[in-house]
Amino acid sequence: MNVIELTSIVKSYDMGGAQEVQALRGVSVAIAKNEYVAIMGPSGSGKSTLMNIIGCLDTPTSGQYLFNGVNVSEMDDNELAKIRNKEIGFVFQTFNLLPRSDALHNVELPLIYAGVPSAERKRRAQETLEHVQLGDRVHHKPNELSGGQRQRVAVARALVTRPSIILADEPTGNLDTKTGEEIMMLFEELHRQGNTIILVTHEADIAEHAIRAIRLRDGHIESDELIVKRRTFDKKPAMAS
Amino acid sequence: MYFFQELVEGLAISFRAIRANKMRSILTTLGIVIGIVSVTVMATAIEGINRAFDRSAAAFGTDVLYVQKWPWVSNEDWSTIRNRRNIKVQYAAKIERQATLVDAVAPVIGTVRRVSYGSNSVESAFISGTTNQYLNASGGTIADGRFFTAEESAGGRPVCAVGASIVENLFYNEDPIGKTIRVAGYPYTIVGVFEKQGGMFGTFTSDSRVFVPLISFENHFGARRDVTIQVRVQNQKEMDDAKIEIEGIMRQIRDLPPGKSNDFNVNQQDVLLQFFDPISTTIAIIGLFITGLSLFVGSIGIMNIMFVSVTERTKEIGIRKAIGAKRRTILLQFLAESASICLIGGIIGLMFAFPLSLIVNQFLPTAMPLSVVAISILISLFVGVISGFLPAYRAAKMDPVEALRYE
Repeated sequence: MNVIELTSIVKSYDMGGAQEVQALRGVSVAIAKNEYVAIMGPSGSGKSTLMNIIGCLDTPTSGQYLFNGVNVSEMDDNELAKIRNKEIGFVFQTFNLLPRSDALHNVELPLIYAGVPSAERKRRAQETLEHVQLGDRVHHKPNELSGGQRQRVAVARALVTRPSIILADEPTGNLDTKTGEEIMMLFEELHRQGNTIILVTHEADIAEHAIRAIRLRDGHIESDELIVKRRTFDKKPAMAS
Repeated sequence: MYFFQELVEGLAISFRAIRANKMRSILTTLGIVIGIVSVTVMATAIEGINRAFDRSAAAFGTDVLYVQKWPWVSNEDWSTIRNRRNIKVQYAAKIERQATLVDAVAPVIGTVRRVSYGSNSVESAFISGTTNQYLNASGGTIADGRFFTAEESAGGRPVCAVGASIVENLFYNEDPIGKTIRVAGYPYTIVGVFEKQGGMFGTFTSDSRVFVPLISFENHFGARRDVTIQVRVQNQKEMDDAKIEIEGIMRQIRDLPPGKSNDFNVNQQDVLLQFFDPISTTIAIIGLFITGLSLFVGSIGIMNIMFVSVTERTKEIGIRKAIGAKRRTILLQFLAESASICLIGGIIGLMFAFPLSLIVNQFLPTAMPLSVVAISILISLFVGVISGFLPAYRAAKMDPVEALRYE
């Protein structure tokens, strides 16, 4: 079954007066469970808009979006918030951690909004941080962590609710190459563990870690194909810390 | 559903935010502190004024009628009242003889004289000439000694019963009973001391008065004076009937033909209460309005700072929304923040207001009522929620995409 099914998605923005800008001009995509998809395209191609719609941060102007078979294109704010909370794990380019909260609390946050009781919340957050090799950094605040560590906190936050998809928006954009590789290694392992990963990037070599690449241009899908020469890591050293 | 949990999280976030912006929080809170201090102190003072008035009015006796030339509360022309005939001492005997509903009748005349004992003196004490009936007619209480007797009264003996303030001013660690004081030079021996009454109508209570037999008074200080006749009614329920009865007797004494209005007044304490009620209400409204303004200014300060806070934390709001915070959650978070600031302000305000109310207590019989404490806590919460609402609402309805993009 497809996790995500977009049919003829159009998103247009009013630019005042009669002017209207179409960021997406009829995009249809289906993504199945445990896929590893890279969404690529130059700036202005509509990939951010597509990501926002897939991430339920925004709703399409027209078209249908089925998430796990449920039509989310007509949901209201609160229902979308619920979907984001339970089904989608975001990883952002700028990490987007709460600066005043420690790693544990940052990871706990989605569970707070999900209404999970405190003790269970703490336990799951701790486990997830250990899973991304940050078990010894749980009480560090973001400014006490390196960029790679911050991004791993963000990945833990995305994972902690066991979402249907992980949506990563240029996750290596603010990291040096080596740390970026580490994060990609982490994604690869998460994918191996059965997670569905959607990677939004404009860097070809980052996209090559995925299995399938969707290229956007001017609001259209230019190509949608499997990556021929996929870059993978050795299985043995799962992650460097 | 998870309302409580969201509230707890909202409070935790708000305390973190308050701590993170210490100076700003202190200054904002100060506005509420000042508001709460002024409102509660004003409420306490109003309470004090009311209590003082009730206590003072009670000193007039709830069952005592005062037959006088002057009304206590009136909108009649001053000059026509002044031209009324004086009330005379002899009326008292006539009222006593004819009235059926009264318990005791006493004529009282007064003047202001210097009273001294040794080197201590009271420059302007109220000297009242009356009969032995006075104690009964006024409902007053002797704390020490006795009031003067019928014989002393009829014989014009140089004895007196004095108020508590007079004793305080003339005697130090000395039993005043049996001591001879001088009233405008004339010696009077103290036979009794009245119980302290207190209150704001000091001159009308027994506290600062010296009671002497009427005959002695007339001999020493002259007889051509306006008299008050105090009448104590047997049964308080019959006050109105007694009043009508006395008015009838007085009209007869004064020889007033039917159709001519009374040229005297039968006063009683409840007219004071009727008179005072709208005044105290007005004082309360104006006082609370003015002090309420300072609270209002404080709440504008909160609103302002909450708008700043919301704008500053746009990114945070975006993050929270992205990972699943509902509108209500965000709304609650910011409401919790402004409510906490106000609540803290309210509590600090009360801590300042309490000692201030003790100072007010030096002038007015008051204590900060528990209701004022409870109400001001509620008010500060209310102010917090009200002034936090618009900023919180703005935060709650932010578009997550826009908010995440904010730098």
